[in-house]
This record gives sequence, structure tokens and C-alpha cells, in this order.
Amino acid sequence: MTAPPRADQLGLIGCPVCSLVSRAPNVADAGCSRCGSPLQRRKPASLTRTWALLIAAFMVYIPANILPIMRTESLGDVDDNTILSGVLELWDKDSQGLAVIVFCASIVVPMLKFLALLVLLICVHRRTHWAQLQRAKLYRMIELIGHWSMLDVFVVALLTALVRFNLLSSVEPLPGVIFFGLTVVLTMFASRSFDPRLTWDDEESHG
Amino acid sequence: MASPSRLLICDDCDTVYRMPELGRGEVARCARCGAVLGRYHRFGLDALTALVLAALILFIQGNVWPVVTLGLNGQQNSTTLWGMILIMWHDHSQVVSAITAVTLFFFPLFNMLALGWLLGFGRLGRRAPGFRPLMVLMHHLGRWTMSEVFVLGALVAMVKAKAYFEVYPDAGIYAYGVLTVFITLFAGIDLRRLWDLVPSRVA
Repeated sequence: MTAPPRADQLGLIGCPVCSLVSRAPNVADAGCSRCGSPLQRRKPASLTRTWALLIAAFMVYIPANILPIMRTESLGDVDDNTILSGVLELWDKDSQGLAVIVFCASIVVPMLKFLALLVLLICVHRRTHWAQLQRAKLYRMIELIGHWSMLDVFVVALLTALVRFNLLSSVEPLPGVIFFGLTVVLTMFASRSFDPRLTWDDEESHG
Repeated sequence: MASPSRLLICDDCDTVYRMPELGRGEVARCARCGAVLGRYHRFGLDALTALVLAALILFIQGNVWPVVTLGLNGQQNSTTLWGMILIMWHDHSQVVSAITAVTLFFFPLFNMLALGWLLGFGRLGRRAPGFRPLMVLMHHLGRWTMSEVFVLGALVAMVKAKAYFEVYPDAGIYAYGVLTVFITLFAGIDLRRLWDLVPSRVA
């Protein structure tokens, strides 16, 4: 079976915003005739941008995990929580099911995004045909689950707003949660700037 | 070759297809990369309008009503979504406050209002004023709604608080829980077809 044709080979270009198909040569600068968005064969400087955002995300990911994300005070008793200690606390308090969910959202998903984007980037640089279909699925998966990491940020925000019993008990956010929120936003930008079509480019020359 | 308007290009791998005709429950997938190319359109303009209105009502309820109440020694404390955003702002976490405000309030609200506006005119068979910029903006902001993550976050916060306080879930969180169902429904709808459903008069 011959592979179905790609837009590039046919001189066509799809609008990333409204999906209208145009003939490539007519639209050098014009943009999409339907929605006005710029038409580009591939996302501009995709690899450079993705690397930059990924590295930035990793730099804030380290303090996000080391620094505590919230402080609980009750009757002068001070307890600082990190992302990991929050998961362990849930586990110890007999909420194992929830502990697993939070562990996935706060630890597995960010790690997976770093690893997945790293693999995707390196494979494009090496122009390898290794596991193209799996790489395509991997990309779609991190796009789908990426925002769930914001879970812990919302937990801290809600607890801060709720636990305000003056001297008896209070919760305050600590800098770790800011770094963690930034990590999630930056990794989301990183995966958006990666162009999954690059995974399939270069195929023609071997076909 | 067919005219470009009858063609469809896979977003994920650039493969070109003829626009498929899909039957009930059918999903078209890309033969090269497996991405979803299109689904059968379950909802027409009227049904979409109804969904947006319902989601908007739930969203307003979820924002007006308190989300959770905690009790300790007879003292009670509750918060709304905005209460949470404001407290984070005053507690030296402006970045978190801004992320929360944008992903849980401004973007979802904008998306629902814009979609309602476009659909309202669409049902009359014409494009609303600002159709083009609104469609473009909705496309870019679509991924940044996190209301469903907030619902799970509220659940986690309640379980954590249960060890030390009496926890009373309030009406707001139930509204949000139902809103999650609507968000899941909308996730399966490609709103880009509004470009075709609501034709431009000029053309």
C-alpha cells in the first residue's frame, strides 16, 4: 500500500486555526483567506522554542519540588509540605486511592512530559524513523493530560482560602507552589510549540 | 484533484484526505498517525446552544455559591472561587492567583460567552459581529480551561482537610461537578466546523 500523500508534496497547506486548505504558493505572506491566521508549513522555529521552554520549565521544576508548597499552622505547630510529602500524607491518612491520583498528576505527569518531549525532540534531530506511530501517540497523550498537573496548585489555593481559623489553625502558600504552577504553564507552552508533523518529515526521501 | 475546500489535512502529520462522510458514532482516524480527523456531529446549532446555556448557568452557580465550608470548634469558614483567587493574591502568591483566575474564570467564561454569541447569530443563519476574531481567539484559548482539574483538586483538598476539620461540601462544588460533564462533552466537539455551519454572506 502506498502511503497517502502529505500536504507538502501536493503544494497544499492547512490552516492551523480554522483547518481550511489552501494552495501553498498563493499564500506566501497573505495568511488564511478564511480566518486571517498566518499560514506556515511548520510551526516556526519549533525545535528551538520547544527546547528553550523545556529547559526553562526544568529550571523551575527543581525548586518546585525542593521548596515547600504550603505551611500548615495549628496552635503554634508549624508543618511545611512539599509536593511529595503531600502525597505521602494522603497515603498515611488512608486515602490511598487519592494518593495515587495526586501522585500521577503531580509527579508522574510532569516527569512524563519532560521525558516525552526530550524523546520527541531528540528523535526529530536524529531524523530517525523509530517508533513514529508511538511517538505520535505519545505527543497526543501529553497534550491531553498536561494540564492535570495543576491539581496541587488548586489544592493549595483552596486550602489557603478555607483554613483560616486565626490562631487555631491556618494554611499559607509557600514559594514552591508558584514554581510548580510555572512548571505546568511552561511545559504546556513547550508541548504546544512542538510540531508533531516533524516526526513524519523526511519520510519521503526514503520512500 | 478535488478542490481544496473538500480536503482535510491531518493536524498532527500533514496527511491529506478527502472530507469523509461520517455516520452516527463514526470517527475518522488518520491512516498515518492515528489522530482523530473528525467525528460524527451529534449536535446541531440548537443542541450546541442549549449545551452552552446550561454550562453557563452551572458556571454562574459554581462561582456565586460557596464551594466548601470547614468547621472547627463551632467556627465555620467557607469560600467561593473568587474568594480563593483574592486570598492567594494577598498571600504573596500573585502568580498562582493569576493562573487560577485565568484558567478557572476568565478563559472559561470568555469561551462560553463567545460561543453563545456566535451560536445565537448562527441559529438565525448569519455570522455574528466579530465572528472571525472570536473564532480565532476561542481556538487559541480552548486548551487553557481547567475547571475539571479544579473539581478533582477540591476533592483532594476536602479529603486532606477531613483529618482536622468538619468538611461540608457546598452547592458550588456540585455545580462544578456537573459542569465537568459538559466540559467533557465539549471536548469531543470540534468547534471549527462552525466555519462551515455558519456560512459567510459575502461569499
